[in-house]
Order: sequence, then structure tokens, then C-alpha cells
Amino acid sequence: MVVSRVFVRGLGAVSPAGWSLPALRAAAEHHEPLPVQSLARPGWAEPLRVRQVPTPVDRPRILAHPRLRRSSAISHYAVAAALEALGPDVADGAWVAERLGIVVCVMAGSVCYSRRFFEETLRDPATASPLVFPETVFNAPASHLAACLGAGGSNYTLVGDNGAYLQGVALAADWLLNGRVAGCLVIGAEETDWIMADALRLFRRRAVHSAGAGALYLVAEDRAQTFAELVAVTDAFSFADRREQVEAARRMRAQLPAGAPGELLCLSTRNLPGADLAEENAWGDWPGARLAPKVVLGEAFTAAAAWQCVLACESLRRGKFKAANVSVVGASQQAIGARFA
Amino acid sequence: MLFPPNQTAAAPVRVVVTGAGIVTALGLGWRANADGFRAGRAAFRPVTLFDVSRQRARLAAEVDLPAAPESDDAASRVGRRLDRATRMLLLAAGEAWGQAGWTGGERLPLVLGTTGGGMTLGEAYVKQALARPALSRGQPTRIVHYQAQRQGLEVGAALGFRGPITIIANACASGTNALGHAWELVRTGRTERALAGGYDALCQLTFAGFDSLQALSPTRCRPFDAGRDGLALGEGAAILALESLEPARRRNAEILGEIIGYGAATDTHHLTQPHPGGDTACATMTAACASAGIGPAQVDYVNAHGTGTPANDATEALAINRWAGPRAPTLPVSSTKAGIGHLLGAAGAAEAVACLMAIRGQWLPPQLSLIAPDPAGRFRIVQAPADAPVRVALSNSFGFGGANASLLLRRWS
Repeated sequence: MVVSRVFVRGLGAVSPAGWSLPALRAAAEHHEPLPVQSLARPGWAEPLRVRQVPTPVDRPRILAHPRLRRSSAISHYAVAAALEALGPDVADGAWVAERLGIVVCVMAGSVCYSRRFFEETLRDPATASPLVFPETVFNAPASHLAACLGAGGSNYTLVGDNGAYLQGVALAADWLLNGRVAGCLVIGAEETDWIMADALRLFRRRAVHSAGAGALYLVAEDRAQTFAELVAVTDAFSFADRREQVEAARRMRAQLPAGAPGELLCLSTRNLPGADLAEENAWGDWPGARLAPKVVLGEAFTAAAAWQCVLACESLRRGKFKAANVSVVGASQQAIGARFA
Repeated sequence: MLFPPNQTAAAPVRVVVTGAGIVTALGLGWRANADGFRAGRAAFRPVTLFDVSRQRARLAAEVDLPAAPESDDAASRVGRRLDRATRMLLLAAGEAWGQAGWTGGERLPLVLGTTGGGMTLGEAYVKQALARPALSRGQPTRIVHYQAQRQGLEVGAALGFRGPITIIANACASGTNALGHAWELVRTGRTERALAGGYDALCQLTFAGFDSLQALSPTRCRPFDAGRDGLALGEGAAILALESLEPARRRNAEILGEIIGYGAATDTHHLTQPHPGGDTACATMTAACASAGIGPAQVDYVNAHGTGTPANDATEALAINRWAGPRAPTLPVSSTKAGIGHLLGAAGAAEAVACLMAIRGQWLPPQLSLIAPDPAGRFRIVQAPADAPVRVALSNSFGFGGANASLLLRRWS
């Protein structure tokens, strides 16, 4: 069977709002920035400001899986979001093993264990922990997820800025079109660490680092019970500086429909005037509703881009809008957009 | 548009290699590396880039890079700011680009595999953040240039093109996955051309990491040897210019070889250990052959993942035995990691270039370090330099996290 269309069948999210899509949705709809927490920064009296993922009220049972006992928070977030998105299809073991693809997108990746292992190395490399090092590898979360699901098929980890998540969505769509997989989880995941919060502060003093994961479960058209269609992913327009960023955002916007009053635009803006300029210029004439989840949740790079997609698709599932554009102007690489209907 | 694609081929098109660039400890460029691979030269030496006095292993295959430019012009200042990984990547990409005869200005996909990006800058960032927390001087630059996407942007800027940059970080299979993904982009008509490969520089975190796992050889890297005791790390970059056949023919490009198959799958057994049965490794070789429409009998040489660790080589040996079947006893196999070490994210790409060299030159890369072949492998380890007919070569990459991938290359004639 020739596949020509790609649909969204499931959504999942872990965020500073909690360990579920409903928690993410409630926070986004409330429009109020979530409280920030303090994170100690070695050598400073003043702590950094972050939005942490809260400890789950009911610890997900999957976190007892042997693969996840020693793994970093980013893997926990990725697996939890993926399982929520996969829903009951997780029970179809043979299908998952052979026909499910996984694409995990990260920018900072397993930064907590990387920083910890390097600190151990600096103290004395002879005693650095062999249990920690494997968790520093970019594809550790994707590997853990595959092991938890028993998914032995295509599995890529993409690294890039926020826009890498939409590159991952396009990659999954390509795999579905060419029959390499019949379903694909696309996950954006990040974790908080003082080293990342410190790095972000150097560029945007008011930006708040956050963490979590978002997941789309995409299927080819022969799978029923879908609620949104992936209509388009624009080209990835690279930029090297702020001037090029403006042009990249404009070109990305030009590849998406102009929009209508009954449509949603889900933006990557953070309510930081200088940082948001390129995206605000590109979408100044948007006629429909707008949503900017990072204003509420903070900057979580690929996870934040995933939340944008998840919230856009959730609004379609609930019948609030006819279509939704997602705009991602990344931190350091690319402007890229998507449309769901 | 990335989706739906602007263009799609009605039927898969043939994908040829019109440029190749490589940097390893054997040297800079095709010639130095071809000579080194053909002779089976080993390029290991005591590590000088960081302190290894407290590690079990002390050797690695370090690249001798040209000195950074000292003049005060803008280009030299940029050059001095670049880390080792970026400099190796630019050298390899420049060689491939020049050999392909491509010109800038076009929108061209760049697909790169890496495990660390500019990790040495990340290490420098952490060191300063810990040692001098109040000092932010230099830190923003380290953050920007540490990121793998930035190294991709540097390639585009140096060669004069701009396009989507895809970074695949599937551990030690990253380079093969990058080439495989680019091959699929060209093969399906998504693009006529793509630049793809892998890069990684030696860094303290990675060295200490493999040493902590006791995966590094304290003696000498001897893949598939009965007495093997670990891998040796290396560094480098390798880039291929991939192009659909007809446009390459129209412009009379020199064709270095053809990529004809690719397979990838995930071993869910363990984060760092392959399944002892080698099922997934066998499946990727089978899948690569299936996509090429050939069988093991048509494969003339296997460039094994062959790290030299007891577990990897045992598993890979079983997998090759099973995949090759009756072909195994006469199948030439070697691991070029015996000469250049494990290049991690660059390994698959560098080994694909080694395969190209072998099929271009009609010789087999030997492993001179082998003392007593592990009897688990029923295939023939190439132990001495030898000319041989090599029409099709298979390159294996099996990484952490169970990322397994195989690539098939064919001689162009």
C-alpha cells in the first residue's frame, strides 16, 4: 500500500506543569508563567532560576524498568511522554517490535550525567564512575525507550537547536511514507542542570531554563483513530546570526498558509523582546489565535518545540481550531515550521 | 518543504560518490590515508592532548593538524577560535567538496554524525565555570561553538552553501547512519546532492569514559584476535559528496564509487553490550543487502566494526558467520580500527572511505596487529597487504545504545 498522508494518533508530555498532557494543557491555557525554583550554582551565593519538572505524585510504573533505574532524568521524561503518546498501542508487542520507529531530538541531551562524569574525571579519572558514563551518550534516552518498548526498528537521535524537533517530525513522516515504519514516536526531551541554566543566562538574563519532554505518535493513514493530520513541515532555514535569523523566520513563515481567524499559531517566543524579534516580525499579520507555551513553561529547547506541537494537536483534537501552525525559531541553528489540521 | 517533499523520484535512483575527504591519524587527505590503510599502518602514540597519567590506557590515534593561522585577519581569527573537531571536519569537507567539483550558492543538505560535537570546548566551559565561577569571559563563544549544529554551519560558511543541517547522534553508528540517511535522501529524489559523513575529536571525557568501562586496551588494539583486550580511541573526520547518477554523468564528474545499500536496526539488549547472539547485527547486514538486491556471495570485503573489545568482536563474528553462511570461510574481513582507532561518530564515515579506497585501488586493508585469530570468526581476517578484486564492500557500525548500521559500496565501472 502506498502511503501519502501522515496522521497524529497520540500525544504525550512531561513538563514543569506535571507528568501528563492534561497538566501541560492546563498550564498553557492558564497563561500564567509557572513559579520558578532556585538551583544552586557552585561558587555563587545567588542561585539560578529554573522551572523543574515536579516529582510525580504517582511515580510511573515504567520507571521501575531495569534500564531506567540508574538513568538520567531526560530518559525518564522521554519514556513517560512516549508511553502516554503511544497509549494502548503499546500492547501490540509484535507491531511495536518490528514496525515502530523512534526519533528522539535533543539539544543539550544528558547534560546532568555529562557534567557529573566530567567533574569526576577532573577530580580523578581513575575513579570516574563506569555507571555514569554510558548515560552521557546522546542516544541513551532513545536506547532506553527502545528497550522499554521492545522496539528493534529504526531509531535515530537528532541533535540540534529547538528546530531539530520539527526535523524529527519530518524524518518520521518520511519513514512512514517510504514504508520503513508503520508508526513513529517523535520525542523532544531535555533536562535541567546548573551548567545549562548558567549557559542560558549568559545569552538571555531573563530566560528561565526548564525541562521535560513532548511526544507525537505519528502513523500512516491505514491506522484508524487519528485526530490530526500532519499537513506540512517547512524547509529548515539555517542562520548563523541575528540578521540571518530574521530572514530565516520570514522564509519559514512564507512556506506556511497565511492563516484564518479560526486557526491557531503556536509560537516559540518567550516574551523576551529582543530574542523574539525575528519570530514576531514574521508573524505580525497572523489573523488567528496565538499561543506561546514557553512564556508559561520556560526554555526547554527541543522539549519546548515538542510541547508546541503537542498543544497545537491537542487543540485540534478538542475541536477548538480548524488548523494550527507551529513556528519554531531556534536558539542557534534554524527556523522551521509545521502545520497540522 | 521537508514534508510533503517537493520532489520524489518515481523509482529509486542510483547514488554515486563524487567526492571524499578524510582526516585520521594516518594523515590528512585521501592519499595519506589510502597509503596507510593499504600498508596496515598503525598510528597510535602516547596521548598528548590531555593528562592520561591516571588512566589504564595511555595510547590513542591523535591527528596532527596544521598549525592554526597566526595572522590577524578575520579568517585567521575565526580559524584560531575553532576546536579540533571543527577543524578536522572542515578539512575533510573541503577535500570532498573540491574533489566533487561542486560550487557554492545552492541549497544543499548536510548530514553529519557525531558523538561529541565540539566537546573540547564544552570541557573548557565546565572547567572555567567550576574553577572561576565569576569569570564569564570566553564562555559564550565556547557555548556557541560547542554545539554540533554550529560545526555544520561552519561547513556551509566555508564552502559557500546553505541548507538543512541534520545531526545524527547514534553513538558509534552515527557516521554510517548519516551516510545512510543522505543516501536515502538522494535515492528517493528528495535532493540531487548531499554532503554527509562524520567527525569526532579526542577529548578527556570520552577517553576517561571508555577507560572507566575498562574498554580501552592497555596493550595494543587487536580486533578479532583471540587475546584482544580492548579498543583504542582515535579521532578524525570523513565526508562524502553524494550525488544521483544522471546529474553526475551529465557534468562528467569522476565517480569514486556507488552506495548501493543501507540497513539499520536497534539492539535492545543493553546500553553498552550487544546481544551475545548478534541478531541485530546480522539483521542490519541482511537489510543492507536486501536494499541493494544482492547476497553475501556478492560481497568481496567486510570492513568490520571490529573494536577489539572481547564482547563486540565475539558478537560481530557470530553475526558475520550467520549472515555470510557458506560465503564466510572465503570472505575477507578486517577492521581498520587496528590502524586509526575508534573514531566514534566519524568511524562509520572513515571506514566507508576506506572501503571506497579498497574498491578503487583493488586491495584489502590488512590488520598487522593480529597475532592469533579468534576461532569464533569463520571468515578470513586480512593479515597482510594484498591486491584483490573488490567489487562490493560492506561496512559495519555497531554502537552504544544498540545503534546498528551497515552500508554497502560498489565499484564504479
